Amino acid sequence: MSTMPMSVQLINLMAALMLLIAFAMLAQRRILSLIYLFAWQGAVLAVNSLIVAWYTGHNELYLSAFFTVLLKVIVLPVALLYLIRKLNITWDVETLINIPTTLFAGIILVVFAFNLALPISQLAGTITRGTLGIAIAVVLLAFLMMITRRKAVPQVIGFLAMENGLFFAATSATYGMPMVVELGILLDVMVGILILGIFFFQVREAFDSLDLKHMEKLKESGE
Amino acid sequence: MLTLFASFLSQLTQTLLVVLIAPLMLGWVGQCRAWLQNRSGPGLLQPYRVLFKLFDKEALLAHNASVVFRSAPYIQFGCMVLAASVVPIVETNLLFAPAADVIALVGVFALARVFSALAAMDVGTSFGSLGARREMLVASLSEPALLMVFFTPLLIVQSSSLNVIVDTLAHREFALYPSLAFAAVAFIMVLLAENARIPIDNPATHLELTMIHEALVLEYSGRYLALIEWATAIKFTTYCAIGIALFAPWGIAGAGAWQTLPAAIVALIVKLGIIGLGLALLETISAKMRIFRAPEFLGMAFMLAALGMLTRLLLGA
Repeated sequence: MSTMPMSVQLINLMAALMLLIAFAMLAQRRILSLIYLFAWQGAVLAVNSLIVAWYTGHNELYLSAFFTVLLKVIVLPVALLYLIRKLNITWDVETLINIPTTLFAGIILVVFAFNLALPISQLAGTITRGTLGIAIAVVLLAFLMMITRRKAVPQVIGFLAMENGLFFAATSATYGMPMVVELGILLDVMVGILILGIFFFQVREAFDSLDLKHMEKLKESGE
Repeated sequence: MLTLFASFLSQLTQTLLVVLIAPLMLGWVGQCRAWLQNRSGPGLLQPYRVLFKLFDKEALLAHNASVVFRSAPYIQFGCMVLAASVVPIVETNLLFAPAADVIALVGVFALARVFSALAAMDVGTSFGSLGARREMLVASLSEPALLMVFFTPLLIVQSSSLNVIVDTLAHREFALYPSLAFAAVAFIMVLLAENARIPIDNPATHLELTMIHEALVLEYSGRYLALIEWATAIKFTTYCAIGIALFAPWGIAGAGAWQTLPAAIVALIVKLGIIGLGLALLETISAKMRIFRAPEFLGMAFMLAALGMLTRLLLGA
Protein backbone atom coordinates (compact mmCIF):
# COMPACT_ATOMS: atom_id res chain seq x y z
CA MET A 1 0.00 0.00 0.00
CA SER A 2 1.51 3.30 -1.03
CA THR A 3 0.55 6.19 1.15
CA MET A 4 -0.04 9.61 -0.33
CA PRO A 5 1.09 12.87 1.24
CA MET A 6 -1.32 14.40 3.74
CA SER A 7 -2.25 17.30 1.44
CA VAL A 8 -3.42 14.98 -1.32
CA GLN A 9 -5.30 12.85 1.20
CA LEU A 10 -7.16 15.87 2.57
CA ILE A 11 -8.00 17.14 -0.89
CA ASN A 12 -9.23 13.69 -1.90
CA LEU A 13 -11.40 13.67 1.20
CA MET A 14 -12.94 17.00 0.22
CA ALA A 15 -13.47 15.73 -3.33
CA ALA A 16 -15.22 12.64 -2.01
CA LEU A 17 -17.43 14.87 0.18
CA MET A 18 -18.30 17.02 -2.86
CA LEU A 19 -19.33 13.91 -4.76
CA LEU A 20 -21.35 12.64 -1.81
CA ILE A 21 -23.20 15.95 -1.46
CA ALA A 22 -23.87 16.03 -5.20
CA PHE A 23 -25.46 12.58 -4.97
CA ALA A 24 -27.38 13.55 -1.84
CA MET A 25 -28.83 16.53 -3.74
CA LEU A 26 -29.82 14.21 -6.55
CA ALA A 27 -31.61 11.94 -4.09
CA GLN A 28 -33.20 14.70 -2.03
CA ARG A 29 -36.97 15.05 -2.10
CA ARG A 30 -37.44 18.25 -0.12
CA ILE A 31 -36.55 21.73 -1.22
CA LEU A 32 -35.50 22.86 2.25
CA SER A 33 -32.96 20.04 2.62
CA LEU A 34 -31.78 20.78 -0.90
CA ILE A 35 -30.89 24.33 0.14
CA TYR A 36 -29.04 23.11 3.24
CA LEU A 37 -27.12 20.62 1.10
CA PHE A 38 -26.19 23.42 -1.27
CA ALA A 39 -24.85 25.43 1.66
CA TRP A 40 -22.81 22.43 2.83
CA GLN A 41 -21.40 22.01 -0.65
CA GLY A 42 -20.27 25.62 -0.58
CA ALA A 43 -18.64 25.05 2.80
CA VAL A 44 -16.74 21.99 1.54
CA LEU A 45 -15.66 24.00 -1.48
CA ALA A 46 -14.32 26.76 0.76
CA VAL A 47 -12.44 24.30 2.98
CA ASN A 48 -10.95 22.73 -0.14
CA SER A 49 -9.75 26.14 -1.33
CA LEU A 50 -8.22 26.75 2.10
CA ILE A 51 -6.39 23.42 2.03
CA VAL A 52 -5.05 24.03 -1.47
CA ALA A 53 -4.02 27.57 -0.50
CA TRP A 54 -2.25 26.32 2.64
CA TYR A 55 -0.26 23.63 0.86
CA THR A 56 0.62 25.54 -2.31
CA GLY A 57 1.03 29.08 -0.99
CA HIS A 58 -1.37 30.61 -3.50
CA ASN A 59 -2.58 33.45 -1.32
CA GLU A 60 -5.41 34.61 -3.57
CA LEU A 61 -7.16 31.30 -2.85
CA TYR A 62 -7.71 32.47 0.74
CA LEU A 63 -9.67 35.39 -0.66
CA SER A 64 -11.60 33.09 -2.95
CA ALA A 65 -12.45 30.83 0.00
CA PHE A 66 -13.68 33.88 1.88
CA PHE A 67 -15.93 34.92 -0.99
CA THR A 68 -17.20 31.34 -1.33
CA VAL A 69 -18.22 31.28 2.31
CA LEU A 70 -19.79 34.70 2.11
CA LEU A 71 -21.79 34.06 -1.02
CA LYS A 72 -22.46 30.34 -1.25
CA VAL A 73 -22.79 29.47 2.42
CA ILE A 74 -24.51 32.61 3.69
CA VAL A 75 -26.02 34.94 1.09
CA LEU A 76 -27.40 32.53 -1.52
CA PRO A 77 -28.94 29.97 0.89
CA VAL A 78 -30.50 32.77 2.92
CA ALA A 79 -31.87 34.31 -0.26
CA LEU A 80 -33.25 30.96 -1.38
CA LEU A 81 -34.79 30.31 2.04
CA TYR A 82 -36.41 33.76 1.90
CA LEU A 83 -37.68 32.99 -1.60
CA ILE A 84 -39.31 29.69 -0.72
CA ARG A 85 -40.90 31.25 2.32
CA LYS A 86 -42.27 34.12 0.22
CA LEU A 87 -43.46 31.74 -2.47
CA ASN A 88 -44.85 29.45 0.24
CA ILE A 89 -43.37 26.33 -1.31
CA THR A 90 -43.72 23.50 1.14
CA TRP A 91 -44.35 20.66 -1.28
CA ASP A 92 -41.96 17.82 -1.97
CA VAL A 93 -39.89 18.01 -5.10
CA GLU A 94 -41.45 16.14 -7.96
CA THR A 95 -39.01 14.29 -10.15
CA LEU A 96 -39.52 13.16 -13.71
CA ILE A 97 -37.70 9.86 -13.25
CA ASN A 98 -37.82 7.97 -9.95
CA ILE A 99 -34.93 8.54 -7.61
CA PRO A 100 -33.09 5.17 -7.68
CA THR A 101 -32.97 5.30 -11.47
CA THR A 102 -31.58 8.82 -11.30
CA LEU A 103 -28.92 7.67 -8.86
CA PHE A 104 -27.81 4.84 -11.15
CA ALA A 105 -27.67 7.25 -14.05
CA GLY A 106 -25.51 9.38 -11.75
CA ILE A 107 -23.06 6.52 -11.15
CA ILE A 108 -22.71 6.05 -14.92
CA LEU A 109 -22.07 9.79 -15.25
CA VAL A 110 -19.31 9.57 -12.64
CA VAL A 111 -17.53 6.82 -14.56
CA PHE A 112 -17.90 8.83 -17.75
CA ALA A 113 -16.54 11.96 -16.08
CA PHE A 114 -13.51 10.12 -14.75
CA ASN A 115 -12.65 8.74 -18.17
CA LEU A 116 -13.10 12.22 -19.59
CA ALA A 117 -10.80 13.76 -17.00
CA LEU A 118 -8.05 11.16 -17.20
CA PRO A 119 -6.07 12.63 -20.16
CA ILE A 120 -6.46 16.17 -18.82
CA SER A 121 -5.33 15.33 -15.31
CA GLN A 122 -2.27 13.52 -16.63
CA LEU A 123 -1.16 16.80 -18.20
CA ALA A 124 -1.82 18.89 -15.10
CA GLY A 125 1.02 19.30 -12.66
CA THR A 126 -1.02 20.36 -9.64
CA ILE A 127 -1.32 18.38 -6.42
CA THR A 128 -5.05 18.38 -6.92
CA ARG A 129 -5.10 16.80 -10.38
CA GLY A 130 -6.73 13.57 -9.20
CA THR A 131 -9.88 15.42 -8.23
CA LEU A 132 -10.57 16.86 -11.68
CA GLY A 133 -12.69 13.82 -12.53
CA ILE A 134 -14.82 14.40 -9.46
CA ALA A 135 -15.21 18.07 -10.35
CA ILE A 136 -16.50 17.17 -13.81
CA ALA A 137 -18.74 14.55 -12.22
CA VAL A 138 -20.21 17.17 -9.87
CA VAL A 139 -20.96 19.41 -12.86
CA LEU A 140 -22.64 16.56 -14.73
CA LEU A 141 -24.61 15.47 -11.68
CA ALA A 142 -25.91 19.01 -11.21
CA PHE A 143 -26.88 18.94 -14.87
CA LEU A 144 -28.73 15.69 -14.32
CA MET A 145 -30.54 17.25 -11.39
CA MET A 146 -31.66 20.17 -13.54
CA ILE A 147 -32.93 17.75 -16.17
CA THR A 148 -34.84 15.47 -13.82
CA ARG A 149 -36.55 18.14 -11.72
CA ARG A 150 -39.79 19.67 -12.79
CA LYS A 151 -40.09 22.69 -10.52
CA ALA A 152 -38.22 25.95 -10.92
CA VAL A 153 -36.49 26.23 -7.53
CA PRO A 154 -34.69 22.84 -7.62
CA GLN A 155 -33.58 23.64 -11.15
CA VAL A 156 -32.02 26.87 -9.95
CA ILE A 157 -30.29 25.03 -7.11
CA GLY A 158 -29.00 22.59 -9.71
CA PHE A 159 -27.64 25.51 -11.68
CA LEU A 160 -25.86 26.86 -8.60
CA ALA A 161 -24.47 23.42 -7.79
CA MET A 162 -23.12 23.27 -11.32
CA GLU A 163 -21.29 26.51 -10.70
CA ASN A 164 -19.84 24.94 -7.53
CA GLY A 165 -18.59 22.06 -9.64
CA LEU A 166 -16.97 24.38 -12.15
CA PHE A 167 -15.29 26.29 -9.36
CA PHE A 168 -14.00 23.02 -7.93
CA ALA A 169 -12.74 22.01 -11.37
CA ALA A 170 -10.85 25.30 -11.69
CA THR A 171 -9.25 24.80 -8.27
CA SER A 172 -8.20 21.26 -9.04
CA ALA A 173 -6.89 21.87 -12.56
CA THR A 174 -5.10 25.20 -12.23
CA TYR A 175 -5.29 26.33 -8.57
CA GLY A 176 -8.27 28.56 -9.24
CA MET A 177 -9.26 31.09 -11.85
CA PRO A 178 -7.75 34.56 -12.01
CA MET A 179 -9.28 36.81 -9.37
CA VAL A 180 -11.00 39.05 -11.92
CA VAL A 181 -12.75 36.12 -13.58
CA GLU A 182 -13.73 34.68 -10.23
CA LEU A 183 -15.21 37.95 -8.98
CA GLY A 184 -17.04 38.31 -12.28
CA ILE A 185 -18.57 34.86 -11.96
CA LEU A 186 -19.59 35.46 -8.36
CA LEU A 187 -21.26 38.70 -9.37
CA ASP A 188 -22.99 36.93 -12.26
CA VAL A 189 -24.36 34.28 -9.93
CA MET A 190 -25.56 36.97 -7.55
CA VAL A 191 -27.36 38.87 -10.28
CA GLY A 192 -28.64 35.59 -11.73
CA ILE A 193 -30.28 34.72 -8.44
CA LEU A 194 -31.83 38.19 -8.20
CA ILE A 195 -33.28 37.91 -11.68
CA LEU A 196 -34.46 34.35 -11.14
CA GLY A 197 -36.06 35.40 -7.87
CA ILE A 198 -38.12 37.98 -9.68
CA PHE A 199 -38.73 35.51 -12.47
CA PHE A 200 -40.21 32.97 -10.00
CA PHE A 201 -42.84 35.46 -8.93
CA GLN A 202 -43.70 36.22 -12.56
CA VAL A 203 -43.98 32.53 -13.43
CA ARG A 204 -46.23 31.91 -10.49
CA GLU A 205 -48.38 34.88 -11.32
CA ALA A 206 -48.80 33.74 -14.92
CA PHE A 207 -49.38 30.02 -14.34
CA ASP A 208 -50.35 29.77 -10.67
CA SER A 209 -47.57 27.21 -10.24
CA LEU A 210 -43.81 26.89 -10.45
CA ASP A 211 -44.05 23.79 -12.59
CA LEU A 212 -42.05 24.60 -15.69
CA LYS A 213 -43.99 22.25 -17.92
CA HIS A 214 -46.66 24.94 -18.09
CA MET A 215 -44.25 27.08 -20.05
CA GLU A 216 -44.34 24.60 -22.91
CA LYS A 217 -47.88 25.77 -23.61
CA LEU A 218 -46.48 29.06 -24.84
CA LYS A 219 -45.42 27.31 -28.03
CA GLU A 220 -47.67 27.86 -30.97
CA SER A 221 -49.62 24.76 -31.71
CA GLY A 222 -51.26 23.66 -34.89
CA GLU A 223 -48.49 22.34 -37.07
CA MET B 1 1.81 -28.94 15.18
CA LEU B 2 1.98 -26.42 17.97
CA THR B 3 0.87 -23.59 15.68
CA LEU B 4 -2.00 -25.71 14.45
CA PHE B 5 -3.04 -26.36 18.03
CA ALA B 6 -2.74 -22.67 18.88
CA SER B 7 -4.88 -21.64 15.95
CA PHE B 8 -7.42 -24.36 16.82
CA LEU B 9 -7.59 -23.07 20.37
CA SER B 10 -7.95 -19.49 19.16
CA GLN B 11 -10.67 -20.56 16.73
CA LEU B 12 -12.59 -22.41 19.41
CA THR B 13 -12.50 -19.60 21.94
CA GLN B 14 -13.47 -16.94 19.42
CA THR B 15 -16.40 -18.91 18.02
CA LEU B 16 -17.63 -19.76 21.51
CA LEU B 17 -17.19 -16.14 22.54
CA VAL B 18 -19.36 -14.85 19.69
CA VAL B 19 -22.01 -17.54 20.15
CA LEU B 20 -22.23 -16.91 23.88
CA ILE B 21 -22.13 -13.12 23.93
CA ALA B 22 -24.54 -12.74 21.00
CA PRO B 23 -27.70 -12.62 23.17
CA LEU B 24 -25.90 -10.20 25.48
CA MET B 25 -25.31 -7.88 22.52
CA LEU B 26 -29.04 -7.91 21.70
CA GLY B 27 -29.77 -7.29 25.37
CA TRP B 28 -27.40 -4.33 25.38
CA VAL B 29 -29.07 -2.75 22.34
CA GLY B 30 -32.48 -3.29 23.92
CA GLN B 31 -31.31 -1.81 27.19
CA CYS B 32 -29.86 1.27 25.44
CA ARG B 33 -33.09 1.73 23.55
CA ALA B 34 -35.04 1.52 26.80
CA TRP B 35 -32.80 4.13 28.40
CA LEU B 36 -33.13 6.45 25.42
CA GLN B 37 -36.90 6.12 25.60
CA ASN B 38 -36.97 6.80 29.35
CA ARG B 39 -37.99 3.27 30.21
CA SER B 40 -36.21 1.14 32.78
CA GLY B 41 -35.69 -1.75 30.35
CA PRO B 42 -35.69 -5.52 30.76
CA GLY B 43 -32.04 -5.83 31.73
CA LEU B 44 -29.02 -7.08 29.85
CA LEU B 45 -29.74 -10.75 30.46
CA GLN B 46 -33.29 -10.78 29.12
CA PRO B 47 -32.41 -12.56 25.82
CA TYR B 48 -30.80 -15.39 27.81
CA ARG B 49 -33.92 -15.74 29.93
CA VAL B 50 -36.04 -15.90 26.77
CA LEU B 51 -33.76 -18.58 25.32
CA PHE B 52 -33.89 -20.67 28.52
CA LYS B 53 -37.65 -20.36 28.61
CA LEU B 54 -38.02 -21.43 24.99
CA PHE B 55 -35.63 -24.37 25.31
CA ASP B 56 -37.67 -25.54 28.25
CA LYS B 57 -40.98 -25.41 26.42
CA GLU B 58 -42.54 -28.10 24.31
CA ALA B 59 -42.03 -27.70 20.56
CA LEU B 60 -45.29 -27.88 18.66
CA LEU B 61 -45.31 -28.67 14.95
CA ALA B 62 -48.03 -28.16 12.39
CA HIS B 63 -49.50 -31.41 11.05
CA ASN B 64 -48.26 -30.78 7.55
CA ALA B 65 -44.78 -29.64 8.56
CA SER B 66 -42.16 -31.39 6.46
CA VAL B 67 -38.52 -32.14 7.13
CA VAL B 68 -37.59 -28.72 5.73
CA PHE B 69 -39.56 -27.06 8.49
CA ARG B 70 -37.91 -29.16 11.17
CA SER B 71 -34.35 -28.90 9.86
CA ALA B 72 -34.36 -25.20 8.94
CA PRO B 73 -33.62 -23.92 12.47
CA TYR B 74 -30.59 -26.21 12.76
CA ILE B 75 -29.34 -25.16 9.32
CA GLN B 76 -29.76 -21.49 10.20
CA PHE B 77 -27.97 -21.93 13.50
CA GLY B 78 -25.16 -23.88 11.81
CA CYS B 79 -24.74 -21.24 9.10
CA MET B 80 -24.52 -18.47 11.66
CA VAL B 81 -21.97 -20.33 13.77
CA LEU B 82 -19.88 -20.91 10.64
CA ALA B 83 -20.17 -17.24 9.72
CA ALA B 84 -19.19 -16.26 13.25
CA SER B 85 -16.12 -18.48 13.12
CA VAL B 86 -14.55 -16.93 10.01
CA VAL B 87 -14.70 -13.36 11.30
CA PRO B 88 -11.69 -12.45 13.45
CA ILE B 89 -12.77 -10.58 16.55
CA VAL B 90 -9.80 -10.55 18.93
CA GLU B 91 -7.08 -12.39 17.05
CA THR B 92 -6.41 -13.11 13.37
CA ASN B 93 -5.02 -16.61 13.79
CA LEU B 94 -8.15 -18.53 12.80
CA LEU B 95 -8.12 -22.15 11.70
CA PHE B 96 -11.33 -21.89 9.69
CA ALA B 97 -10.37 -18.68 7.92
CA PRO B 98 -9.43 -20.41 4.63
CA ALA B 99 -12.87 -22.05 4.64
CA ALA B 100 -14.70 -18.91 3.62
CA ASP B 101 -13.66 -15.45 2.49
CA VAL B 102 -16.00 -12.46 2.66
CA ILE B 103 -17.74 -13.37 -0.60
CA ALA B 104 -18.44 -16.91 0.61
CA LEU B 105 -19.64 -15.32 3.83
CA VAL B 106 -22.41 -13.57 1.88
CA GLY B 107 -23.28 -16.99 0.47
CA VAL B 108 -23.49 -18.51 3.95
CA PHE B 109 -25.91 -15.78 5.01
CA ALA B 110 -27.92 -16.38 1.83
CA LEU B 111 -28.12 -20.13 2.54
CA ALA B 112 -29.56 -19.47 5.99
CA ARG B 113 -32.05 -17.03 4.51
CA VAL B 114 -33.21 -19.39 1.77
CA PHE B 115 -33.95 -22.05 4.37
CA SER B 116 -35.80 -19.65 6.62
CA ALA B 117 -37.96 -18.59 3.66
CA LEU B 118 -38.58 -22.19 2.58
CA ALA B 119 -39.54 -23.17 6.12
CA ALA B 120 -41.90 -20.21 6.36
CA MET B 121 -43.68 -21.30 3.18
CA ASP B 122 -43.61 -24.98 4.15
CA VAL B 123 -46.57 -24.94 6.51
CA GLY B 124 -48.64 -22.99 4.02
CA THR B 125 -50.01 -20.21 6.18
CA SER B 126 -50.53 -16.87 4.51
CA PHE B 127 -48.35 -15.04 7.02
CA GLY B 128 -45.44 -17.36 6.34
CA SER B 129 -45.60 -16.78 2.59
CA LEU B 130 -46.02 -13.06 3.10
CA GLY B 131 -42.99 -12.92 5.38
CA ALA B 132 -40.93 -15.06 3.00
CA ARG B 133 -41.73 -12.82 0.08
CA ARG B 134 -40.90 -9.66 1.98
CA GLU B 135 -37.71 -11.20 3.31
CA MET B 136 -36.65 -12.10 -0.22
CA LEU B 137 -37.50 -8.62 -1.48
CA VAL B 138 -35.23 -7.06 1.13
CA ALA B 139 -32.55 -9.72 0.66
CA SER B 140 -32.42 -9.42 -3.12
CA LEU B 141 -31.57 -5.75 -2.69
CA SER B 142 -29.32 -5.89 0.35
CA GLU B 143 -27.11 -8.70 -0.92
CA PRO B 144 -25.67 -6.86 -3.93
CA ALA B 145 -25.19 -3.84 -1.67
CA LEU B 146 -23.32 -6.00 0.85
CA LEU B 147 -21.05 -7.43 -1.86
CA MET B 148 -20.41 -3.91 -3.14
CA VAL B 149 -19.48 -2.83 0.40
CA PHE B 150 -16.94 -5.66 0.60
CA PHE B 151 -15.30 -4.77 -2.69
CA THR B 152 -13.82 -1.50 -1.40
CA PRO B 153 -11.70 -3.05 1.40
CA LEU B 154 -10.88 -5.91 -0.96
CA LEU B 155 -9.51 -3.44 -3.49
CA ILE B 156 -7.48 -1.64 -0.84
CA VAL B 157 -5.97 -4.79 0.64
CA GLN B 158 -5.96 -6.90 -2.54
CA SER B 159 -7.22 -9.95 -0.70
CA SER B 160 -10.63 -11.38 0.07
CA SER B 161 -9.70 -13.16 3.28
CA LEU B 162 -10.96 -11.36 6.36
CA ASN B 163 -7.82 -12.31 8.28
CA VAL B 164 -5.53 -10.68 5.74
CA ILE B 165 -7.80 -7.62 5.54
CA VAL B 166 -7.72 -7.14 9.31
CA ASP B 167 -3.97 -7.79 9.50
CA THR B 168 -3.26 -5.22 6.80
CA LEU B 169 -5.73 -2.56 7.86
CA ALA B 170 -4.95 -2.81 11.57
CA HIS B 171 -1.20 -2.49 11.17
CA ARG B 172 -0.75 0.28 8.63
CA GLU B 173 0.26 3.86 8.99
CA PHE B 174 -2.52 6.38 9.33
CA ALA B 175 -4.19 7.33 6.06
CA LEU B 176 -7.54 8.86 5.18
CA TYR B 177 -9.76 6.61 3.12
CA PRO B 178 -12.93 8.41 1.99
CA SER B 179 -13.84 5.26 0.08
CA LEU B 180 -13.89 3.26 3.32
CA ALA B 181 -16.12 5.89 4.92
CA PHE B 182 -18.64 5.53 2.08
CA ALA B 183 -18.50 1.77 2.40
CA ALA B 184 -18.96 2.01 6.17
CA VAL B 185 -22.13 4.10 5.85
CA ALA B 186 -23.48 1.67 3.26
CA PHE B 187 -22.58 -1.23 5.54
CA ILE B 188 -24.56 0.27 8.43
CA MET B 189 -27.59 0.59 6.13
CA VAL B 190 -27.24 -3.02 5.01
CA LEU B 191 -26.77 -4.13 8.62
CA LEU B 192 -30.05 -2.50 9.59
CA ALA B 193 -31.88 -4.12 6.69
CA GLU B 194 -30.39 -7.61 7.05
CA ASN B 195 -30.91 -7.82 10.77
CA ALA B 196 -34.51 -6.62 10.69
CA ARG B 197 -33.73 -3.44 12.60
CA ILE B 198 -35.96 -0.41 12.68
CA PRO B 199 -36.00 1.57 9.45
CA ILE B 200 -36.78 -1.62 7.54
CA ASP B 201 -38.41 -3.93 10.08
CA ASN B 202 -39.31 -3.77 13.73
CA PRO B 203 -38.15 -6.85 15.64
CA ALA B 204 -40.64 -6.17 18.42
CA THR B 205 -43.76 -5.95 16.30
CA HIS B 206 -46.47 -8.48 15.67
CA LEU B 207 -48.54 -6.24 13.46
CA GLU B 208 -49.17 -8.16 10.27
CA LEU B 209 -48.97 -5.13 8.01
CA THR B 210 -45.40 -4.35 8.89
CA MET B 211 -43.64 -7.47 10.10
CA ILE B 212 -41.03 -9.25 8.03
CA HIS B 213 -38.83 -11.32 10.28
CA GLU B 214 -41.58 -12.09 12.79
CA ALA B 215 -43.86 -13.38 10.03
CA LEU B 216 -41.19 -15.90 9.04
CA VAL B 217 -40.92 -17.49 12.47
CA LEU B 218 -44.57 -17.27 13.45
CA GLU B 219 -45.12 -21.04 13.22
CA TYR B 220 -42.13 -22.00 15.33
CA SER B 221 -42.18 -22.74 19.03
CA GLY B 222 -40.06 -24.29 21.74
CA ARG B 223 -36.48 -25.25 20.96
CA TYR B 224 -36.90 -24.47 17.26
CA LEU B 225 -37.81 -20.89 18.03
CA ALA B 226 -35.01 -20.69 20.58
CA LEU B 227 -32.47 -21.80 17.96
CA ILE B 228 -33.80 -19.26 15.46
CA GLU B 229 -33.72 -16.44 17.99
CA TRP B 230 -30.21 -17.43 18.97
CA ALA B 231 -29.14 -17.59 15.32
CA THR B 232 -30.60 -14.11 14.83
CA ALA B 233 -28.54 -12.84 17.74
CA ILE B 234 -25.38 -14.49 16.37
CA LYS B 235 -26.06 -13.00 12.95
CA PHE B 236 -26.40 -9.55 14.45
CA THR B 237 -23.19 -9.89 16.46
CA THR B 238 -21.35 -11.32 13.46
CA TYR B 239 -22.42 -8.36 11.37
CA CYS B 240 -21.09 -6.02 14.05
CA ALA B 241 -17.86 -8.04 14.09
CA ILE B 242 -17.56 -7.76 10.30
CA GLY B 243 -18.08 -4.02 10.58
CA ILE B 244 -15.35 -3.80 13.21
CA ALA B 245 -13.01 -6.00 11.16
CA LEU B 246 -13.42 -3.95 7.99
CA PHE B 247 -13.74 -0.40 9.23
CA ALA B 248 -12.31 -0.25 12.77
CA PRO B 249 -9.80 -3.10 13.12
CA TRP B 250 -7.51 -1.24 15.53
CA GLY B 251 -6.59 -3.35 18.51
CA ILE B 252 -7.25 -6.78 17.02
CA ALA B 253 -4.19 -8.84 17.88
CA GLY B 254 -2.07 -10.33 15.10
CA ALA B 255 -1.46 -14.04 14.78
CA GLY B 256 0.42 -15.41 17.77
CA ALA B 257 0.63 -12.07 19.58
CA TRP B 258 -0.64 -13.43 22.88
CA GLN B 259 0.58 -10.50 24.95
CA THR B 260 -1.79 -8.08 23.18
CA LEU B 261 -4.83 -10.31 23.72
CA PRO B 262 -6.15 -8.60 26.89
CA ALA B 263 -6.02 -5.24 25.14
CA ALA B 264 -7.77 -6.77 22.13
CA ILE B 265 -10.57 -8.12 24.31
CA VAL B 266 -11.06 -4.77 26.02
CA ALA B 267 -11.08 -3.07 22.61
CA LEU B 268 -13.69 -5.53 21.36
CA ILE B 269 -15.97 -4.92 24.33
CA VAL B 270 -15.64 -1.15 24.01
CA LYS B 271 -16.32 -1.27 20.26
CA LEU B 272 -19.32 -3.57 20.57
CA GLY B 273 -20.66 -1.32 23.33
CA ILE B 274 -20.31 1.77 21.17
CA ILE B 275 -21.92 0.05 18.17
CA GLY B 276 -24.85 -1.07 20.32
CA LEU B 277 -25.35 2.41 21.69
CA GLY B 278 -25.11 3.91 18.21
CA LEU B 279 -27.64 1.48 16.77
CA ALA B 280 -30.03 2.09 19.65
CA LEU B 281 -29.73 5.83 19.03
CA LEU B 282 -30.32 5.34 15.30
CA GLU B 283 -33.37 3.19 15.97
CA THR B 284 -34.77 5.67 18.45
CA ILE B 285 -34.54 8.71 16.21
CA SER B 286 -35.80 7.06 13.02
CA ALA B 287 -39.25 5.79 12.21
CA LYS B 288 -40.02 2.53 10.49
CA MET B 289 -40.33 2.89 6.74
CA ARG B 290 -43.12 1.64 4.59
CA ILE B 291 -42.06 -1.65 3.05
CA PHE B 292 -42.06 -0.13 -0.43
CA ARG B 293 -39.58 2.48 0.71
CA ALA B 294 -37.10 -0.31 1.49
CA PRO B 295 -35.90 -0.64 -2.13
CA GLU B 296 -35.03 3.05 -2.11
CA PHE B 297 -33.18 2.74 1.19
CA LEU B 298 -31.18 -0.21 -0.08
CA GLY B 299 -30.67 1.39 -3.47
CA MET B 300 -29.07 4.25 -1.58
CA ALA B 301 -26.83 1.79 0.26
CA PHE B 302 -25.83 0.20 -3.03
CA MET B 303 -25.13 3.62 -4.52
CA LEU B 304 -22.95 4.63 -1.57
CA ALA B 305 -21.00 1.39 -1.76
CA ALA B 306 -20.55 1.78 -5.51
CA LEU B 307 -19.42 5.35 -4.93
CA GLY B 308 -16.87 4.12 -2.40
CA MET B 309 -15.54 1.61 -4.87
CA LEU B 310 -15.38 4.22 -7.62
CA THR B 311 -13.55 6.61 -5.32
CA ARG B 312 -11.07 3.88 -4.55
CA LEU B 313 -10.59 2.86 -8.18
CA LEU B 314 -10.44 6.29 -9.72
CA LEU B 315 -9.03 8.50 -6.99
CA GLY B 316 -6.88 5.90 -5.31
CA ALA B 317 -8.16 7.03 -1.94
